[in-house]
Amino acid sequence: MLEIKNLHVKYGYIEAIHGIDIKVSKGEIVSILGANGAGKSTTLMTISGLIKPSEGSIVFDGQDITKLPANKIVEMGISQVPEGRRLFDTLTVEENLDLGAFTIKDKNTIKKNKEWSYSLFPRLKERRNQLAGTLSGGEQQMLAIARGLMSNPRLLLMDEPSLGLAPILVKSIFETIKTINKSGVTVLLVEQNAKAALKLANRGYVMEVGKIVLEDEANNLLTNPQVRKAYLGG
Amino acid sequence: MELFFQQLTNGLAIGGIYALIALGYTMVYGVLKLINFAHGDLFTLGAYIGFTLLTSMNLIGKIGPLPTLFLFGIIIMGLVGIAGIVLERIAYRPLRSADRLAAVVSALGASIVISNSIMLIYGARFLVYPHHILPNFTINLLGMKIPFMRIAMLLLSIILMIILYLFVQKTRIGTAIRATAIDHGAARLMGIDVNKIISVVFFIGPALGGAAGFMVGLYYGQLNFMMGWMYGLKAFIAAVIGGIGNIPGAMLGGLLLGVIEALGAAYISTSWKDAIAFFVLIIILIVRPTGILGERVADKI
Repeated sequence: MLEIKNLHVKYGYIEAIHGIDIKVSKGEIVSILGANGAGKSTTLMTISGLIKPSEGSIVFDGQDITKLPANKIVEMGISQVPEGRRLFDTLTVEENLDLGAFTIKDKNTIKKNKEWSYSLFPRLKERRNQLAGTLSGGEQQMLAIARGLMSNPRLLLMDEPSLGLAPILVKSIFETIKTINKSGVTVLLVEQNAKAALKLANRGYVMEVGKIVLEDEANNLLTNPQVRKAYLGG
Repeated sequence: MELFFQQLTNGLAIGGIYALIALGYTMVYGVLKLINFAHGDLFTLGAYIGFTLLTSMNLIGKIGPLPTLFLFGIIIMGLVGIAGIVLERIAYRPLRSADRLAAVVSALGASIVISNSIMLIYGARFLVYPHHILPNFTINLLGMKIPFMRIAMLLLSIILMIILYLFVQKTRIGTAIRATAIDHGAARLMGIDVNKIISVVFFIGPALGGAAGFMVGLYYGQLNFMMGWMYGLKAFIAAVIGGIGNIPGAMLGGLLLGVIEALGAAYISTSWKDAIAFFVLIIILIVRPTGILGERVADKI
């Protein structure tokens, strides 16, 4: 479904990603692990088209999207739940969801998607006229995920959805990711919470300073001594 | 009391003009964090296009004054709006990722280019709008004689502001404008074409400014290629008073500044009119640096 080949990304003169290859097949949950600054978020932003690579290609469903502008990439069916949520704080919950569906013209589809979002997160329905900035951290993350689903994505990119959340909320967010995946959305998940991510994922990649250093089935990564030592606390 | 109400209505009428121009500053600032210093000159452009339309086409005799002015107003808003889009493409877009100071210098340069182009085309002398386009009768309001033009001007600016407010609050594109003002990156992740939104903003702001230019031409009758400088500056003050980046703030700031100026001119001294405007700005910056409605500073637009 998604095939990244030999991707290089530069910030000015400094190269942040040194030629990575990532493959995501339809229906999978694939996780990218790695420390701060490894280039995980940069990779997701490059897939979404907010950063343009200096070399390499990104192919989605057989079409080269490397040079497409960000809005076309959303239209093709790739949506992102960005790191730090980046909600529109001074807009209401409902307006945030409407913006998530910006690429969809059909009002009935928008309504249907909104209903699905509200059924995933009933809390959001109660607060639909509240400003996004006044929600609690957990609710904000729910809204960020719901907003990401509003455009009918076939591939959902998620950047640190568990960041800054209480453990009990982390668990429920990961449950939701599973539900979303079961409904037919492929997920590429960037996480610092390596254990939870690998338990959820089919496969995983480990990134270190702009390179993929390891790639395997999630179960194998969970037991890999190197991964255990570096990311799972021994 | 008569003087007070005459000056109040006068101030509201001119304040409506300030508000219309201020909206252009504040909307552009909202999405780009840029003060478009060429905005005052687009206002001038509106006034001059109005002059050309009025003197070259003799429509008034055929379809009557009000339909003519309405039609010309629409044409002016369209043309000045397009000029705004072109301005952004040429002067600001290439500098989007450059230092912010570069865009400010470019804005000042664009201001000089537009005002001097107008001078080269129309000449440096004052021009006068054709007389008696609208019947200059007065309306009796609570026993006072208020010129019809004054009320028409205030009503028209309020109507334009209401339309703008509804557009920004209620429509899909309006919501996208507000989202873009909050976070460009997140807006792009929603599939919003941010460049298109910026073009929309650079159409709407100058279109309102152009309409204001036409109204000033009709009201005062006199044009000069430098007129955008003072009006632009006043409107900028109005935007800052209301809280820059904030749409209701620009409306409030404009009306307020107009009224303060008119009352100041009546009760203090006419020659101190401009000084009073700057004095108000200084006071506001000391007491409330974010502007009157500026606490909703995150609600950039």
